[in-house]
Amino acid sequence: MTYELPPLPYAKNALAPHLSEETLNFHYEKHHRGYVNKLNQLAAEKPAWAGKSYEELIKTESGVVFNQAAQIWNHTFYWKSLSPNGGGAPTGKVAELINEAFGSFDAFKEKFSAAASGHFGSGWAWLVRDDNNKLQIVSTHDAGNPIKDGHIPVLTCDVWEHAYYIDFRNDRPKYIATWWNLVNWEFANSNLK
Amino acid sequence: MMITSRRLLNNAAKAPSRSFSTAKKFSLPALPYNYDALSPVISGNIMELHHSKHHNAYVNNLNAALEQYADAESKNDVGKMIALQSAIKFNGGGHVNHSIFWTNLAPTKEGGGFADPKFHVVQAITKKFGSVEAFVTKFNSQTAAVQGSGWGWLGFNRNTHDIEVITLPNQDPLSVTGLVPLLGVDVWEHAYYLDYKNARPDYLKEIWKVVNWKNVEERYLEASKK
Repeated sequence: MTYELPPLPYAKNALAPHLSEETLNFHYEKHHRGYVNKLNQLAAEKPAWAGKSYEELIKTESGVVFNQAAQIWNHTFYWKSLSPNGGGAPTGKVAELINEAFGSFDAFKEKFSAAASGHFGSGWAWLVRDDNNKLQIVSTHDAGNPIKDGHIPVLTCDVWEHAYYIDFRNDRPKYIATWWNLVNWEFANSNLK
Repeated sequence: MMITSRRLLNNAAKAPSRSFSTAKKFSLPALPYNYDALSPVISGNIMELHHSKHHNAYVNNLNAALEQYADAESKNDVGKMIALQSAIKFNGGGHVNHSIFWTNLAPTKEGGGFADPKFHVVQAITKKFGSVEAFVTKFNSQTAAVQGSGWGWLGFNRNTHDIEVITLPNQDPLSVTGLVPLLGVDVWEHAYYLDYKNARPDYLKEIWKVVNWKNVEERYLEASKK
């Protein structure tokens, strides 16, 4: 079984002017595809884990295998967390749960932005649902994925420098402000069914 | 002119402190060369962002954390002191690491890239790895493999009196391992992305053209003193 790179849910220029075509080109074709190629390279040596799903690999593997599988999964989830028709305030189930857990959308926005900007080094900021059905903000380091802790991911924001350096240079807070213009609430709600 | 990081940090520490603050104030060291001096290996664009934005932010955030720490300490708030430790490690490490890094690089016309066989460190490298090329291959292979953000280091082990190649994550300074830093290479994406995009191995191949072997030798002689 070969691992495949899932298609981008939209054209590479679809998130412009928020995220440029150049960013999506490099982020998807080099970084995301790079992880898939590397996992296939490792799988070609026919280890016991070859053929397992990304979720299984995330839960059971570590080191370089975990890193590739988790990063493939994380990036696929990231592309879906964004939409050319995204942004604005949440609606539906996610809006309800946000108000329950954080008091208001603004309060949630502030907390999530702080988690994303404040993360030291590479990683991801997540909105997750825990086993009490409550929403939580968690950040993971490098390739970290909240599935490993038994959380249900709802949305994610990539804070590796490659996600924002072309468009925002060192200004991660500005990139995060932009993320709010693209956030895909429909996708968030689909993760809460 | 060679500037060791110790001198840079000492200059930084002499900044005047406010009378009501007991916190140490660090400052951004000047680069020993112009922003575009290492071009085309590392562009002026990257050098300017790397020094004036990234390193500067570590310095400012370190100072802010230390000010908060001094305040917490004055109130005997140990919980707060502990909570600040990761910010001090991250930003302090960033300041230390980058201060060393700027001195580890030099324009080719000032000796950058020339591993003089007369240097004791070059002789130690040749003895341990077979050749400078073999050392570079090993260093680059280990450093390229850093997951996420981090640094590759050539360090000196004062116990074994030997040199070692090691990588560290995030902004962890080499001092956490007990090794003395001789040469560090930053592989955070901000160090190379604008010039090399995702091609970290290409950056690692090119950077040796501007490694300041005179500085590495200076550090080696200092570290290996009995």
